[in-house]
Amino acid sequence: MAEWRSSDLPPPGPILHGTGHFLPRDLSDQEVSRRILDVAHQFPRPRAWWCLFGLGGVLLGLYLLSVIVLFWNGVGVWGNNTPVNWAFDILNYIWWLGIGHAGTFISALLLLLERPWRNSLNRLAELMTLMAVVCAGLYPILHLGRPWLFYWTMPYPNSMGLWPQFKSPTAWDMFAVVTYLVVSALFLYLGALPDFAAARDRARRRGAQVAYGLLALGWRGSNRQWGHWRRAYRAIALLAVPLVFAVSSGYSFLMALGDQAGWHSTVFPPYFVAGAVFSGFALVSLIAIGLRWLLCIEALITPRHLDMLGRLLLATGWMTAYGYFADVFMAFYSGDRHEIDVTMARLAGPTAWSFWLAIGCNVGLLQALWWRRVRQSPRALAAVALAVLVGMWAERFMLLITPQTTDHLLSAWRGYTPSFWEISLFIGSFGVFIVPFSLFIRFVPMVSAFELKQVLHREREARHG
Amino acid sequence: MAQIFSRAADTWFRVAMLVIVGGLIGVFIVAMLLERSDYQTGRGWTVDQPVPFSHQHHAGALQIDCRYCHAGVERSARAGFPPTHTCMSCHSQLWTQAEMLAPVRRSLEEDRPLRWNRVIKLPDYVYFQHDVHVQSGVGCVSCHGQVDTMPLLHKAEPLSMSFCLECHRDPAPRLQPRETVADMAWHTDEDRRHLGERLMREYRVDPAGLTSCSVCHR
Repeated sequence: MAEWRSSDLPPPGPILHGTGHFLPRDLSDQEVSRRILDVAHQFPRPRAWWCLFGLGGVLLGLYLLSVIVLFWNGVGVWGNNTPVNWAFDILNYIWWLGIGHAGTFISALLLLLERPWRNSLNRLAELMTLMAVVCAGLYPILHLGRPWLFYWTMPYPNSMGLWPQFKSPTAWDMFAVVTYLVVSALFLYLGALPDFAAARDRARRRGAQVAYGLLALGWRGSNRQWGHWRRAYRAIALLAVPLVFAVSSGYSFLMALGDQAGWHSTVFPPYFVAGAVFSGFALVSLIAIGLRWLLCIEALITPRHLDMLGRLLLATGWMTAYGYFADVFMAFYSGDRHEIDVTMARLAGPTAWSFWLAIGCNVGLLQALWWRRVRQSPRALAAVALAVLVGMWAERFMLLITPQTTDHLLSAWRGYTPSFWEISLFIGSFGVFIVPFSLFIRFVPMVSAFELKQVLHREREARHG
Repeated sequence: MAQIFSRAADTWFRVAMLVIVGGLIGVFIVAMLLERSDYQTGRGWTVDQPVPFSHQHHAGALQIDCRYCHAGVERSARAGFPPTHTCMSCHSQLWTQAEMLAPVRRSLEEDRPLRWNRVIKLPDYVYFQHDVHVQSGVGCVSCHGQVDTMPLLHKAEPLSMSFCLECHRDPAPRLQPRETVADMAWHTDEDRRHLGERLMREYRVDPAGLTSCSVCHR
């Protein structure tokens, strides 16, 4: 990696060298264990953790309150109404579900491509995926008129003599969310199994020993167990990678199915895959930056990891930008009057702010990542990542809501304003994310310790052997 | 370091797993069975009535036609309950002092209808029409069972959605000539499907639309 040596950065520290794992060369196994596994009984920044947990608790409370209000009154408390029938519920569902995809991408695809630097990021990305899918998956249930009958979307031997309506996006949501949830939970748990065993062995209190011991499922690290483990882990990774593409293409079809101009460009499936992974990388970057400070693991998630995340953001960001271009181009190329009207409404209508916010954040601000200094600076990268999350949300708004406000009949044109309880539900959904996530931070090894040790060991062997 | 778990821990863990997984499957099976049980559907359960009216006696022994009391069944969505005057067309002459019939007489005196308790209650979102079924040759017996054998009326069929759909998906073998719908003992030697298909043509029953949602739900 001569490129690194010739940089104009301050003199390369121990982190700037040509390994595939981006870790300091002198990092010992003991240090890795201490940093990652001892967090459970000796948390480095307890006060900051309680602040995070408290914030999550407040937001979760807001969420529960919004859900109670919603269930008590029905979906009428929301602002969506004909012609804007798909509003915050679908918008935030797509936004959260998209975010989830990056976790699988980092973990599974980079595992199969044998990129050792993923080992610093995969655990937190998988946990993020799991929680994002939960946040997303609750939306389709909440937006039902009779939410207690949500299980009707599942095929089971019912006394109605009916299958779910397979033509309905509600059934697709169920299949997408449940499949994604099961695969990502399995992948996460299986990947953490050896770390749970290590945490069990390092635990000091009886309760922790038993809890981690149960989670470790009797892991002893024998050759046979490793052999099984490796096969199983790779098998699930192979299942998970196509899911990234299938699920996000799937919810682009959810829109393509609708009789709405502006939802039918053929670029939609790849456009949505890119956007999903893009937004997910943004949240992974934010969480990685936050965690390395919160857990004092700057040595494990190094500026080069952040640099790599920045590059991934830039690459997927440009793919998304191509989506914007192709989508607008197709509308004009089609020559269809209404398609053009809808696109003009996106560009200059009352909700044009969402289009320009998306362009500004996802295309404009993103370009800061061309500079290595920005990519490697935690604060700057966090700012860009936050902008991307906002931008991706604006993009979903622009894609989903603007076409509905400009319906086929001029007389049916109507704006959309989210109601208080709609907004509070969205803000509260961050509590659904933060509360379990902060508990994971406390009790689950947030970096894959055994995989780090494995790559460090390999490198030591290569150096000495 | 002392062992964390005892030697039997693995066995206990496996047993616990088995219990959890088996329990979940068990809960599912029980729920499925319960959903179809008479307890849930109300099939075979009699309902207390202000007057213990016996269909067995009236429709069975006395051979009174269903439509004598349920007069709206051929022309309206609801089969209808008889006004007290219908009861009195016989009971002003018969059993005039019977204690069992005191509420009927009181109803006539006070000009206030008897409050029968519903035996068959479909959900509000089901728009069932008696007339179209009768006109298409669905016998009373198909849904209500042999009421001429019931001393106190009870549901004879679960009347669940799958019960309705079973016939809506394939009505032919369940139809009978329009004139015979109220005949509890109707029987034919003709092939039912053959007959049914002929009747469907005659009564213009179009099976294509019968399973669309809006036929029953609006």
